[in-house]
Amino acid sequence: MIRVVLPHHLRTLARTSDEVEVDLNGTATIAAILDAIENKYPMLRGTIRDHVTRQRRPLVRFFACGEDISHESIDAPLPDRIADGTEPFFVMGAIAGG
Amino acid sequence: MSGIRVLVGTRKGAFILTSDAKRQDWKVDGPHFAGWEIYHMKGSPVNPDRIYASQTSGWFGQIIQRSDDGGKTWQTPGSTPEELKSEGPMPKGESNKFVYDGIAGTHMWYDGTQHPWEFKRVWHLEPALDSPDHVYAGVEDAALFESRDGGKSWNELSGLRQHDTGPRWQPGAGGMCLHTILIDPKNQKRMFVAISAAGAFRTDDGGKTWKPINKGLVSNFMPNPTAEVGHCVHRIAFHPSKPGTLFMQKHWDVMRSNDGGDSWTEVSGNLPTDFGFPIDVHAHEPETIYVVPIKSDSEHYPPDGKLRVFRSRTGGNEWEELTKGLPQKDCYVNVLRDAMSVDSAYPCGIYFGTTGGQVYASADSGDSWNPIVRDLPAVLSVEVQTLK
Repeated sequence: MIRVVLPHHLRTLARTSDEVEVDLNGTATIAAILDAIENKYPMLRGTIRDHVTRQRRPLVRFFACGEDISHESIDAPLPDRIADGTEPFFVMGAIAGG
Repeated sequence: MSGIRVLVGTRKGAFILTSDAKRQDWKVDGPHFAGWEIYHMKGSPVNPDRIYASQTSGWFGQIIQRSDDGGKTWQTPGSTPEELKSEGPMPKGESNKFVYDGIAGTHMWYDGTQHPWEFKRVWHLEPALDSPDHVYAGVEDAALFESRDGGKSWNELSGLRQHDTGPRWQPGAGGMCLHTILIDPKNQKRMFVAISAAGAFRTDDGGKTWKPINKGLVSNFMPNPTAEVGHCVHRIAFHPSKPGTLFMQKHWDVMRSNDGGDSWTEVSGNLPTDFGFPIDVHAHEPETIYVVPIKSDSEHYPPDGKLRVFRSRTGGNEWEELTKGLPQKDCYVNVLRDAMSVDSAYPCGIYFGTTGGQVYASADSGDSWNPIVRDLPAVLSVEVQTLK
């Protein structure tokens, strides 16, 4: 079980609480987590990564164990503490704008 | 008539204002989608309780919301378990998927170079006249999309974007947006759209092919002021009973066409300034039109700090200022292009919203005004439903 913290606007869109949980079949990676999130909450498709290019939207970032991993390979294994649910995977919106 | 419902899109959410037939006491409901930009909401003429909303964000992109109960509850279309079934590994969840048809191509950028077409947001939703599940979307970068399944999926009517003038279209200050969609009620294959800054276009075959209809427009900011395209049209409007008579608020100039857009003449007349954004037509008088003059394109506020609506009962040229109930000093708000609408009660009601968060209403065709609400976030759009 993977824990995921979504930004406020996506929580309200998906009508979820602060933290959501997803189950993965294979290795915990950014791509696997995003697939699982979009599978469970289809209304979030296109909001974290582009519908077509599948690229992370520019003002969205990913954090794991206190590190910004937005520019890491989305297929790289995530730290054990994310994979075993000890710590949540963070999807964050940039603090910018008004 | 049982009442009026005013759909207000703002920078930070949607609001629904309702009143009985007297239009004196209003209930304010919202914010819906708090914190999101709501560019536009509009109800279906076939089923007024079917309302579409464009919810958008620079962070998280475009969302389409739909209500089937007059705005009490909302859903992203295609979200129920049954609707999400898919043959592939991923469920269908494509209500916010706007993908240009074929090769997106390029248009002119601010510096004169070519720039790729990039989808940014939905500016305007126009429910069709034949079914509540049929709706059009005008988007930035300018294109027209259509949904025939209640907003679950969208397809581009790409004949417009692929018009051979496309590489000469360019963004205005607000982006290159398709912001106006008019459907001829007498011939639904005829539609008019307007794009900033390309101009107005007409289709007579349901959106397959399009014709620029900008003859007579003069835009002095362009190298060729009378070019076929490149004009910053802010809004066009018609009365449903006379769809061949079009009115236009251009970046500068108020214009009129008597031939379905084939030619235009200026009708700015005695307006204090002919810059502005919205233009609308009285519900029962096809030659009575309304504009809100704005000082200039570099000063987006009313002249002299006076918020005035101007009405022409002659289809242009002769204008009277309407000020009763509107602030006549120290007012420096703007009224955006989709932020004016009319009801079809008697007398006709006129409504507009400001970037200062006020929504003003007139229940007497503009003779007097009252604020329904004063302190919303900046208003992006106002649509009115007259409920039977």
